Amino acid sequence: MEFPEHNDLDGEIMKITRKDVETVALLSRLEIPEGDIEKVTGQLNAILEYVDVLNKVETANVEPTAHVLPLKNVFRQDEVKPSLPRELALSNAPEQEDGYFKVPKIVEG
Amino acid sequence: MELFRYTAHQLHSKLKNKEVSAVELTQAVLDRTDAVESSVKAYITQTRDTALAQAKAVDNKINNGEDITVLSGIPGVLKDNICTKGVKTTCASQILAKFVPPYDATVVEKLASQDTVIIGKANMDEFAMGGSTENSGFHPTHNPWDVNVVPGGSSGGSAAAVAAGEAVWALGSDTGGSIRQPAAYCGLVGLKPTYGRVSRYGLVAFASSLDQIGPITRDVTDCAHVMNVISGYDAKDSTSINSAAPDYTKSLTRDIKGLKIGLPREYFVAGMDADVEKAIYKAIDQLVALGAEYQEVSMPHTEYGLSAYYIIAPAEASSNLARYDGVSFGHRTEGTDIVDMYKKTRSEAFGAEVKRRIMLGTYALSSGYYDAYYLKALKVRSLVKQDFDKAFDKVDVLITPTTPTPAFKIGEKSNDPLAMYLQDICTIPVNLAGVPAISIPCGFSGKLPIGLQIIGKPLGEETLIRTAYAFEQSNDYHNRLAPLGEVK
Repeated sequence: MEFPEHNDLDGEIMKITRKDVETVALLSRLEIPEGDIEKVTGQLNAILEYVDVLNKVETANVEPTAHVLPLKNVFRQDEVKPSLPRELALSNAPEQEDGYFKVPKIVEG
Repeated sequence: MELFRYTAHQLHSKLKNKEVSAVELTQAVLDRTDAVESSVKAYITQTRDTALAQAKAVDNKINNGEDITVLSGIPGVLKDNICTKGVKTTCASQILAKFVPPYDATVVEKLASQDTVIIGKANMDEFAMGGSTENSGFHPTHNPWDVNVVPGGSSGGSAAAVAAGEAVWALGSDTGGSIRQPAAYCGLVGLKPTYGRVSRYGLVAFASSLDQIGPITRDVTDCAHVMNVISGYDAKDSTSINSAAPDYTKSLTRDIKGLKIGLPREYFVAGMDADVEKAIYKAIDQLVALGAEYQEVSMPHTEYGLSAYYIIAPAEASSNLARYDGVSFGHRTEGTDIVDMYKKTRSEAFGAEVKRRIMLGTYALSSGYYDAYYLKALKVRSLVKQDFDKAFDKVDVLITPTTPTPAFKIGEKSNDPLAMYLQDICTIPVNLAGVPAISIPCGFSGKLPIGLQIIGKPLGEETLIRTAYAFEQSNDYHNRLAPLGEVK
């Protein structure tokens, strides 16, 4: 999902607009009550304005660090071992039926 | 002195000499908890019955003449984001309010193998996001040195419990300072180990490339003993360092002759409390008197650390917390369809700070903004790490304040997320670089403790413990007790 390139709210240049916040909320599977959107937009703007300082750093020839350790894949023998018993795996489920997790209907028809 | 005030290693001698039984000790800590918990509120869950049963088992061993280890029978508390089989693990979130893990974290298995007594699960900022324990989804925790100020966070319950005598030792977790900052605010020793030194298996993930479990204790000796139990390789954690952990108690010597200390000038920021600054310089004088040498070093990317962190940590969190969808575990709120169910579940059960960070992280990772925010932050992380690499070419350890000010009043920063984040300015670069750091008491501002941070090279925990021990043994800050008795 793309965000508009230029954000303009109340005549001020904003990092993130009210509309962006609504889009991000949907992507995050969150609902922001109508009365709170203004406040949340303001708080996110304050944080984004603060982190803008990162743009002062010259990073053209810098490799990103996602992890401090040189990670490599960890392999193990493909052996059959006991797994978590089904009842235990289901023990925290909000809803279950016939040994399965139960969710609202997803597929129509 | 009352039993609950001793350190673990002192209590171990008392157990071995049969001056006291493990059941008496656990009961003394439980009685203390009854007396002060209403003013401190350190706990989310207490496990009294199993604690007494664990203590009884240790007494049986002692009476049968069997050997016990230093932590055997010593009551401790776990931060409530460390999974305990059959015991609620909530992360101080309503979304996990009823979650009972079907397995133990690796550190919990290791502690059990030493016959430790676990007396409960400690309060924290929800999902470890925060620096005051005010973001708990259940209740705030109070600082035993002054109940009107915060204990720090996110491991605030762990630190407050140890400072108040409601536990002898604790485990916390540290993503941006969450062990060291509460240890500093509560006058305790807190160690964040090298990334990968302690298994994260069973630690509920916040920001996986930064999270590390570590001890909060009353002195450096106890810190070394807890580290001996929890450190080491774990095949269940793919980021675990595959090398044997040393015996950290061997570093409890007072010899720091010739130790090279670096003082990064960028950490002595504007807005630093005058008492804090004075205490740090006094500590350096003390270390020099003990034989260390010091020099100023420059770590020019320090000021960007906080900004990089507040992109990287929320980005990782937004991905890690996607699992709370109301399907296989945790809270569910019914909705009209599945997306509505997800949204209602998450909106109702996550607190404001958690939602804010999920949104910030989602934004930073979204198409069109990924390069500008997330990738940029990862590149700045490289530069922050390089600052440490270069400094450690010249010095053995770095010394900084743990926090720019002592603990603040409850409510003082809760409406200003940015002001709260600024408390982490000295601790965050350490997580970005993955190096170890310890906070130890180094003085007071009024009645509130001040923390000294010692930062080490990767896997340099032994040097940290040696330096911290030499400093601790040359002063008496660690012997002072939180004046909680008078509080009603």
